[in-house]
Amino acid sequence: MIDENDVRHIAELADVTVTSGELKKFTSQFNTILEYFDTLDCVEGVTNERTDRCNNFREDEVTHSLPQEELLANASEKEEGFFKAPKVM
Amino acid sequence: MTKITHFNPEDKFHAFLKTCGDTEYTTGPLNGENIAIKDNISTKGIETTCGSRILTGYIPPYDAHVITLLKKAGAAIVGKTNMDEFGMGTTTENSAFGPTLNPSNPDHVPGGSSGGSAAAVAAGIVPFALGSDTGGSIRCPASFCGITGLKPSYGRVSRYGLIAYANSLEQIGPMAKDVKSVSRLMEIITEYDPRDPTMINKPYHCRCDGELNGISVGVPEEFFGKGVDPSVASVVWNAIKWFEGEGAEIITCRMPSVEYALAAYYVTCTCEASSNLARFDGVRYGPGASLKLSWHDSFSERRTEGFGTEVKRRIMLGTFALSSGYYGKYYAKAQIARENVKNDCMRIFKDVDLIIGPTMPVVAFKLGEISDPLQMYLTDILTVPANLAGLPAISIPCGKVDGLPVGLQIIGKPFEDERVVETAYCYEQGG
Amino acid sequence: MSRGGKLVNMIIGLEVHCQLDTKSKLFCGCSTDYRDDGPNTHSCPICSGLPGSLPSINKKAVEYAIRVAKSLKCEICEESEFSRKNYFYPDLPKGFQITQYDHPLALKGILTIDDDEGLEKIVRITRIHLEEDPGRLVHKGGVDRPKYTLVDYNRSGIPLIEIVTEPDLRSPQEARRYLQKLRATLEYLSVFDSEKEGSLRVDANISIEGSERVEVKNITSYKGVEKALTFEYTRQKNALRRGQKIIRETRHFVEGRGVTTSSRSKEMEQDYRYFPEPDLLPLRVKEWSEKISLPELPDARRERFIEQYSCSPIHAKTLTGDLKVAEFYEKVAKINPVLCATWVADTLLGELYYRNMSVQAVPHERFIELIAILDAGKITEKSAVEVLRNLLDQIKDSGICESPNECIVRLNLGKTGGDAITKAVGEVISEQKTAIKDLKNGKKGAMNFLVGQVMKKIRGRGDPQEINLLLEQALSPGDE
Repeated sequence: MIDENDVRHIAELADVTVTSGELKKFTSQFNTILEYFDTLDCVEGVTNERTDRCNNFREDEVTHSLPQEELLANASEKEEGFFKAPKVM
Repeated sequence: MTKITHFNPEDKFHAFLKTCGDTEYTTGPLNGENIAIKDNISTKGIETTCGSRILTGYIPPYDAHVITLLKKAGAAIVGKTNMDEFGMGTTTENSAFGPTLNPSNPDHVPGGSSGGSAAAVAAGIVPFALGSDTGGSIRCPASFCGITGLKPSYGRVSRYGLIAYANSLEQIGPMAKDVKSVSRLMEIITEYDPRDPTMINKPYHCRCDGELNGISVGVPEEFFGKGVDPSVASVVWNAIKWFEGEGAEIITCRMPSVEYALAAYYVTCTCEASSNLARFDGVRYGPGASLKLSWHDSFSERRTEGFGTEVKRRIMLGTFALSSGYYGKYYAKAQIARENVKNDCMRIFKDVDLIIGPTMPVVAFKLGEISDPLQMYLTDILTVPANLAGLPAISIPCGKVDGLPVGLQIIGKPFEDERVVETAYCYEQGG
Repeated sequence: MSRGGKLVNMIIGLEVHCQLDTKSKLFCGCSTDYRDDGPNTHSCPICSGLPGSLPSINKKAVEYAIRVAKSLKCEICEESEFSRKNYFYPDLPKGFQITQYDHPLALKGILTIDDDEGLEKIVRITRIHLEEDPGRLVHKGGVDRPKYTLVDYNRSGIPLIEIVTEPDLRSPQEARRYLQKLRATLEYLSVFDSEKEGSLRVDANISIEGSERVEVKNITSYKGVEKALTFEYTRQKNALRRGQKIIRETRHFVEGRGVTTSSRSKEMEQDYRYFPEPDLLPLRVKEWSEKISLPELPDARRERFIEQYSCSPIHAKTLTGDLKVAEFYEKVAKINPVLCATWVADTLLGELYYRNMSVQAVPHERFIELIAILDAGKITEKSAVEVLRNLLDQIKDSGICESPNECIVRLNLGKTGGDAITKAVGEVISEQKTAIKDLKNGKKGAMNFLVGQVMKKIRGRGDPQEINLLLEQALSPGDE
């Protein structure tokens, strides 16, 4: 069982803010869903082989980059060829 | 040489998020035929939002590989279709821009997440559409809207330009009114792309000549288990009987991993999604970040405003499942479960050529009918095994219940997409 | 190191990140040659994290990493894979970094260095893995009072190799020697260019035996490592002396001030939520290692220099400690290799360092000519140094220099002939009566004074030993 504090912690970890209404709702929904996920507890086996395929490479060849103005075209804030982001602490 | 087609349809089911008006096309095998594209496939110069507010205004500077191929083949890209935000949903109700309605009955959902593409085809607005299928997102709306939709084998179609929801599960695939059209699109979109490392180079060729050639078909008991509407089951059984009448060998079998397949699916897709959706920080695209706040506050504000409830729910579930101390219980277990699903399928495929069953356990719900997330997730139970195992799977109409379409699902061996399509074609012609 | 008379052990482990010198980035085809260009001119949908883009692995980067692993005698893992390291920061355009986590490319290697007593010491390598470099941030308004951040993705996706040691190092000097040796090795392998700005970054873990360990991040130069560790050692030692506890934390090295500062903000909760990168297939590249033949590495080259050129061990070590120096030496060691070794190792390197110049700037033929003139006894060592300085200054100013002979003529530095010296000796003997008296009374310094006086007369262009000899002969009792 997880409680509202756990959900608040998960929200922080996921960098989303949840309202107190959402918090209540999510807590009960997550408990139902996580309980359902517990069906995985009975799964046996240790191998975790993702795929039998491997080694897909490209050669070390230079291809065109996007022109600076195209790269920046979707940005809402830019300055002298840079993207502008909020300050970091 | 380029020509222009004009596209400005009446969109009474809200299938489209954007229509392109005058659209250029070139000569090629698809010579000017209109195609609608799910809004999570990048189209150069055309806004691509994934049905999310967080990507409002985003105009990709490049085309997805499939778009390049379609343009080369002479298709006219006429519009972007509605979808559950980032593909997270089974009804298209989770679009930030309002739901799409089911053309069979507008009180009902079209299915999801490629609901806009399915509705556009079902309403006859376009002959072709592309969707994407992570856990049933092509087959579910195909089933609910009464059209044909194929999820190709994992690695058969380049994902380059498909905005990722759950990379290890999803594929772009064709949706159309009939099997031949689906097959025509497959011939075009399967051209190899070295930019997708998970793709294999296997050109697609299908004759669609209507020969069943004495195939054997497996019917897993679990596909008719708890939660499957008996009237849906009976329509699907009628279809299976048709195959028997045509000389196919029908073998009932067990697929015990279905019990935990859905959990494995939801753990995997939420984990991958929690990471995939971390890039929407408002710096490079989408509504801008606030420069008044600090990085973390602004990022958090962006996500809180930009994502809908279901997306937040899945990001949080995935974040939790990957967090310190829980990885082994959830993600690692889900991968083992996934391996088991694949092994289950391959064991069945030793005796049969195809696996057949219903696409969805029910017909299209009413709009707003299901509000509990888990109850909604559970309706994906029959579509997720093909994604977990990377198998090709098609949904074709096989009848109606209460006036709403029922889909028949045909699942094939890895990279035997042609056999799936061929068999669907036979059924469509004779069934 | 001691504390209150007792020995205090410093325990250091290093994580070194080096940019691999490939033509294109790790996961896309953007050029890595970005340093002279404007921001965001070497970026594409992949390395700027546009939605829908997919990474694909640069084969050369994997080859380079295996070359490094083999040279450090690591085991290449049967299967390795890329993982996502999830954290939110504006330099990470995807919100995660593609790196290697629980299945790195290689494990368990060694690098041999000298310890503080000059004895051979084995530093164990824990692991080697590949990862992508984040973008570059410019903090507007300064780090202390930032207003906003500028982001440039030219660096984003440059291939990095991370080489992690066991906590085997015991002093800041050892750490520096480890880095120098590692750098030399990587350069010998032609996978790394240390002269590219920002091509090397180091995180150091340091603790005083029995106390918690502190991670120092953001060290970007070879000298910085020694400085940062020395500062951190002193800080920790002082804290312990005051009876404080060392807390486990991450600190940032501020290069300009030579101090480390606590980076409290992000530290409280870092949960990177690693999981395998679903877009990339695993690597099974163990057998590549057999096909890769390694070039001669620093240790082997040092032995060869001793053998082939009769270099002293200490010169051989200096000359082979930097690939470019070793290559330069082999090009110029034509006439008198031992003399040449002395001149490169003891004189040239110091003069270059003083001028912040690279050995690559020095034209081989000019240096060979200078050594030939010196070897033939045509100029004194002192004059040779002056010629060398002149030539280096000219190169620094204009990129070219005159020939040593031209320089000698222009500055009139040719060795003064025997007659002129004999004349000068005679003059000094008749002028410096007091000094000669002192000399006869056994005052040792008097001779040096007399030699100096002769030198003055011939403007330094004589051999001090020769002058000494002439003075002794002229003042010997037999002549009186």
